[in-house]
Amino acid sequence: MANFYTDNPDLKHHLTHPMMQKIVELKERNFTDAQKFDYAPINFEDAMDNYDKVLEIVGDLCGNTIAENAEGVDHEGPKVENGRVTYASGTQENLEACRKAGLMGMSMPRRLGGLNFPITPYIMAADIVSRADTGFENLWGLQDCAETLYEFGNEEQKQKYIPRVCAGETMSMDLTEPDAGSDLQAVMLKATKKEDGTWVLNGVKRFITNGDSDIHLVLARSEEGTTDGRGLSMFIYDKRNGGVNVRRIENKMGIKGSPTCELTYKNAPAELCGDTRMGLIKYVMALMNGARLGIAAQSVGVSEIAYREALQYARERKQFGKAIIEFPAVSEMLSVMKAKLDASRSLLYETARYVDLYKVLEDIAKERPLTPEERKECKQYKKLADALTPMAKGLSSEYCNQNAYDCIQIHGGSGFMKDYACERVYRDARITSIYEGTTQLQVVAAIRHVTTGTYMTLIDGYDATEVKAELQPLKEKLQAMTAKYKAAVESVTSVNNQEYTDFMARRLVEMAGNIVMGYLLLLDAQRNESFERTAGVYNKMADAEVAKHADFIAAFKPEQLSLYKV
Amino acid sequence: MSLNIIVLAKQVPDTRNVGKDAMKADGTINRAALPAIFNPEDLNALEQALRLKDANPGSTVTILTMGLPRASQVIREAMYRGADGGVVLTDRVLGGADTLATSYSLAQAVKKFGKYDIILGGRQAIDGDTAQVGPQIAEKLGIPQVTYAEEILDLKDGHVTVKRRLENGVETVKAPLPCVVTVNGSAAPCRPRNAQRVMKYKYAASPSEKNTQAPEIRQLSESRPYLNIQEWSAAFVEADPEQIGLPGSPTKVKAIENVVFTAKENLCLSGKNDAQIEDLVKELIANHTIG
Repeated sequence: MANFYTDNPDLKHHLTHPMMQKIVELKERNFTDAQKFDYAPINFEDAMDNYDKVLEIVGDLCGNTIAENAEGVDHEGPKVENGRVTYASGTQENLEACRKAGLMGMSMPRRLGGLNFPITPYIMAADIVSRADTGFENLWGLQDCAETLYEFGNEEQKQKYIPRVCAGETMSMDLTEPDAGSDLQAVMLKATKKEDGTWVLNGVKRFITNGDSDIHLVLARSEEGTTDGRGLSMFIYDKRNGGVNVRRIENKMGIKGSPTCELTYKNAPAELCGDTRMGLIKYVMALMNGARLGIAAQSVGVSEIAYREALQYARERKQFGKAIIEFPAVSEMLSVMKAKLDASRSLLYETARYVDLYKVLEDIAKERPLTPEERKECKQYKKLADALTPMAKGLSSEYCNQNAYDCIQIHGGSGFMKDYACERVYRDARITSIYEGTTQLQVVAAIRHVTTGTYMTLIDGYDATEVKAELQPLKEKLQAMTAKYKAAVESVTSVNNQEYTDFMARRLVEMAGNIVMGYLLLLDAQRNESFERTAGVYNKMADAEVAKHADFIAAFKPEQLSLYKV
Repeated sequence: MSLNIIVLAKQVPDTRNVGKDAMKADGTINRAALPAIFNPEDLNALEQALRLKDANPGSTVTILTMGLPRASQVIREAMYRGADGGVVLTDRVLGGADTLATSYSLAQAVKKFGKYDIILGGRQAIDGDTAQVGPQIAEKLGIPQVTYAEEILDLKDGHVTVKRRLENGVETVKAPLPCVVTVNGSAAPCRPRNAQRVMKYKYAASPSEKNTQAPEIRQLSESRPYLNIQEWSAAFVEADPEQIGLPGSPTKVKAIENVVFTAKENLCLSGKNDAQIEDLVKELIANHTIG
């Protein structure tokens, strides 16, 4: 009986991070729910034990049901008939198991039928689900949309829709259109207000994950005659009302179990969520931030399965009279894979904790005015969450692709065949650095935190933590990398040329990421000896990466930009 | 219609991963060497019970288990999946029971429940593989039994309709209530633990377990009666001391031996005259396959 939570002690290490105390106490409002709900915790330890036990259910379902179904789902895939999607049989079984286990609406408040989990354990569940079946993580993880509904919907909408999500209805975010991909300002789907004050939607959406879901959040143009983001609003479409059909589903390279739909809206009745004109500027930005954290978790899950598949094969496969793991070339690959996995996971949970902190403070602010101190904290946490989210999404998705590539490499010729899971992992990995904003767009979101110093503030904070003597050399190395990073930032910004900054942005964001993850692993090793090895491996890798970028920037003359004009 | 459903469950050593030290020298199971699990077919029975509960709102599913005090673990596990509570029949004098003494003890416990509509249990437990306890309980209670059940198709008008999985096909039978139904492993698997239920019932404990709980947790069970798992003794169920435990068990293990499966030479007999058939029968009697 496999359990994808209990077989991975790294997860518990992150779950029990010291910052959780503050998160849980805020989230549980001093444990007052225990009076009203028989499943609410009575204190911090009780809450942590709840997360642990529920993650054990997730691990059990993932190990014994979802992972078992993954191959069949990949082969069978979903179908569309008469405008409706039918999931692969394994997907249906997975969803039913998740419903019965009560794993939908995990982060929603109890009064709406949720488990009131912080984002951190919820994201951990996403990490585990993705290891079992990356495509299924999308369907399950779209419960995330409820978070946006909870944040911006009115009370009536929350009461109407969120309990349905908690009971297992699925969601989708209908944003992309044929001519509005990365550039969502170009969305054309038309929202028309009728005389009775209700809204209807008309138009086409494309590439919509789980587009035949029960409850859709839709970005549409409510302001006739506008052409930019300020004319867009967010709507809720309830499938029970009809009006949206699935014209086709895409035939994709990977995550084949997750239906990617083209939708047609014909006078589809919809409810406005929040205020008009705020759709893209505020709500979809929040929605996307949540989704990006979800993709970061999905990417970490992919790295995990890639590493495990590679490790197992390297131990079993014998060549030249010994297991191939004995060869330095292979064991180095495995060590680097594990370092990338651990680094991206540490960054994922660091991000999740800051998201938790600012979101819970914002939620408390709906109940009572925050103290000046709390307001300041909330603002700071939000800034850190905004800085870390694109970094986590961008870098962990790149790492999981690298790990999937190396996983096949370790399998050799067998990895190129359809016989091993690694080929599915490789195909599934590929989308992570594309959807919810390509890596290039994550860099666009992250670069301002390079230039304004958010990452530097974080790094200084990590550096102020004392570490034990044997970790001191790693810390000194990180300090040296930080000096190179500072010099590179200084050199790029001093040119004062936007095009030049854009050109160097990815290098700078990667440098910051290498250093942040290097420190996070150092602090992991400080708290838990089992991280010492990967902290060391990652330190070496980060050092070389930072030096590479620093050298490139130092040797580059702004006029050489012309070399890169195609 | 609300039903009182009893599910018989047993905590068993996980014999699916047996190591060298699984048996003690005296021929009994070395429970310390094997993890204790919910007997797999009892989980199939629990699922059938929970489906009856889903279809008949207001019904209760109560687990009855006999074993060491720690057998309350199976009751908690069942509560995580949908059961309402349970009873551990536990007493030193019940130890060493064979199927006869076990079914007597459990039948006595069932009588203590008073009204019940249906008793479900797994076909057999993986530690003994006898499949005798369920049917014997039915006999002792004087009620009908349906064995090898794969699915409860219907329950109404005081009758239950059950699909049985037999060696050569399926059979659908109808039995009056109350009755005992023993469920096959081919039946629907049990639903998973439910997150809310795990959080709600994780502190459910028997009196002997409560001693080890922190005071604030013990306090909880005062305001939440469903956190109390009952422990019943042999005296409480009014069991005759002569019919329980070792004294009540005619089965004695004579010897135990390790069986190593080895591929043997095949003997091929062809033809169809009586003499050849007689040879075959003689051969089968000689090697104790028959007779």
